[in-house]
Amino acid sequence: MSSVTDVAPVPATRTPEGTPRRPRKPRSGALLGLLAWLIGFLFVVPVLWMVLTSFHSEEDAATNPPSLFAPLTTEGYQSFFGVGAGTSPWPALANSLTASVVSTIIVLLLAIPAAYALSIKPVRKWTDVMFFFLSTRMLPIVAGLLPIYLFAQWSGLLDNIWLLIVLYTAMNLPIAVWMMRSFLAEVPVEILEAASMDGAGLLLTLRSVVAPIVLPGIAATSLICFIFSWNELLLARTLTGTVAGTAPVYLTGFVTSQGLFLAQVCAASFVVSLPVLIAGFAAQDKLVQGLSLGAVK
Amino acid sequence: MHRRVRPALAAATATALAVGVGGCAGWGGGPTGGGPDTINVLMVNNPQMVDLQQLTAEHFTAETGISVNYTVLPENDVRDKISQEFSSQAGQYDVATLSNFEIPIYARSEWIAPLDDYVAADAEFDQDDVLGPLTASLSGDDGRLYGEPFYGESSFLMYRADVLDAAGIQMPANPTWQEVADIAAEVDGAQPGMAGICLRGQPGWGQLFAPLTTVVNTFGGTWFTEDWEPGVDSPEFREATQFYVDLVREHGEVGAPQAGFTECLNNVVQSNAAMWYDATSAAGSLEAADSPVKGKMGYVAAPVVETDSSGWLYAWSWSIQQASAKKDAAWEFISWASSREYEELVGEELGWSKVPAGKRASTYENPDYLAEASAFAEPTLAAIESADPNDAGVQPRPAPGIQFIGIPEFPDLATQVSQDVSSAIAGRTTVDEALERGQQLAEDVAERYRERESK
Repeated sequence: MSSVTDVAPVPATRTPEGTPRRPRKPRSGALLGLLAWLIGFLFVVPVLWMVLTSFHSEEDAATNPPSLFAPLTTEGYQSFFGVGAGTSPWPALANSLTASVVSTIIVLLLAIPAAYALSIKPVRKWTDVMFFFLSTRMLPIVAGLLPIYLFAQWSGLLDNIWLLIVLYTAMNLPIAVWMMRSFLAEVPVEILEAASMDGAGLLLTLRSVVAPIVLPGIAATSLICFIFSWNELLLARTLTGTVAGTAPVYLTGFVTSQGLFLAQVCAASFVVSLPVLIAGFAAQDKLVQGLSLGAVK
Repeated sequence: MHRRVRPALAAATATALAVGVGGCAGWGGGPTGGGPDTINVLMVNNPQMVDLQQLTAEHFTAETGISVNYTVLPENDVRDKISQEFSSQAGQYDVATLSNFEIPIYARSEWIAPLDDYVAADAEFDQDDVLGPLTASLSGDDGRLYGEPFYGESSFLMYRADVLDAAGIQMPANPTWQEVADIAAEVDGAQPGMAGICLRGQPGWGQLFAPLTTVVNTFGGTWFTEDWEPGVDSPEFREATQFYVDLVREHGEVGAPQAGFTECLNNVVQSNAAMWYDATSAAGSLEAADSPVKGKMGYVAAPVVETDSSGWLYAWSWSIQQASAKKDAAWEFISWASSREYEELVGEELGWSKVPAGKRASTYENPDYLAEASAFAEPTLAAIESADPNDAGVQPRPAPGIQFIGIPEFPDLATQVSQDVSSAIAGRTTVDEALERGQQLAEDVAERYRERESK
């Protein structure tokens, strides 16, 4: 269990001596840069393809070989937003937003104190505690689906967004605790000692010493939790109905076994992934800091 | 210090959570949610259902005061959700789209409500107008009616009349499969990129095995004999499957192992296939106003070998959940959606090619519909009327069904076998190997029924 910190999702980019790496020679740097761009491009291509397809008509989207330069249209978006079709994606998007934001807030409220108790002032056998947290993720969600469904039916919580909030909280809590623990573990003991020597109490230390250091970590953790809740399909599809359906469930509704749907689904997927993209861009600075926390020491 | 603080904190958080959950439990609404004049409908996402959604508010809710909440899901998801919802009688949905495959099975389990009393009290609905084979296949073992069709279909052979004419080929009115294979060989490549025939190869009991089971039937094969002996490795089943696999490998579409209904529809619309054996409901899309092959198609009965007809029978239908507290409102919805008036409404508002047809005799006497659908109306009606789920092949069967066997185990069984047959189409295995494994799977199912019957 001593390898807990190594497993945590913080890239160990520090050199053993703690000194920054020497800059590489320019040529290999350019090569590496090119490679990074290439790999980045490969990751973005499917998304670009999806966006392009979403602006094609259904017939053009379905051709093989693909028609890249087909005329652009917003038909896919019109059908997603239910123009003249008596449907609307807004309730589903609102449900997704509620479930993701509320569960992320609850996760942070629970995970940060837990992580504090596992890193800065570690409880006894804290490695075991970490493992217990993680073990709740070892059961595949699908294995618990039927009991959860029956429980929800029995307790009248079927098709209730609060059930999803509780489940998403439970689902993300272990990850958040692990992430926050590794971020909090990066807070140098010396700083804490210095603070306490200067007479700072617990709350003041948390607010003025710990918080600024781990804020990027909190940003990274909340974004991960938000993304996982936002994209969750299995639980949402099983446990919601007409009222609490989330955006991913609404999105799958565009798939049909009779007729064309590719452009509609691409448009729907693009709109549904927008909030995550926006959240990602908004948190980008903090995120990069968060994910490379420790490299700057 | 810490020890005392922590439990207190934990308790406070737990209380906050509980209050949050409890206080807002009414938000989502439980089984009784939505008020007395709202019904919840769970349905498959097919184009006809999308049209229905569009017309509901203005033409149903405005007249009856009953508002309808739809949940629309793709076919496989909707089946999962319906079986989960209905088997637990959760009561979230009042109405769901079931097919003539599920309805007798669900009726046996008393998951859905009989409709006879509603039909009898609703003079306007006119059950006698609904085509006989559909009424029969939507009834339970007890002879009561459990579903009303939204649209029905059989299967037939669609072909490019212009391509066959150019090649000097005459399509017989009742072709045999051998004749179809010969024509496929002749028109293969008649235009650049045009395959002789498009046949489903995508795994799935409702994909590959819908057309293939009808081929097996007419070749004289069957999944099970009357006394529950599996027949998957019988010579007739083998011959039929080998014929199907050879035909699609030699003269079929590109990417056949992944091609389902949608892919074949695309192929025909884009002139990538000269013939297509599939659902009669496809003709509406081929003859739609924006279809490039409109007016170029011909339609004949499903090809046969040993039987007189071989078209399947399928209908997406409405059923009411037994646990529903709003059965009267639910029937009012069904009575509207399955009515002749609704068909006329679709015809006038959205176009006659979009009518959810294939369920009422009156549809095929409507001059407006015939003007639009003249090319395929008569072959469709003939195909549905000749379909007999209780006499689908050359031998008696233990359960009704044409392109399926009406037992709950069939989807699993046929889907597993279809994966191997699809591999055979891809050339990764042989038909014999695929069916040998299929026979073992079928034997497992058959054994259970033999045991049950011997008790």
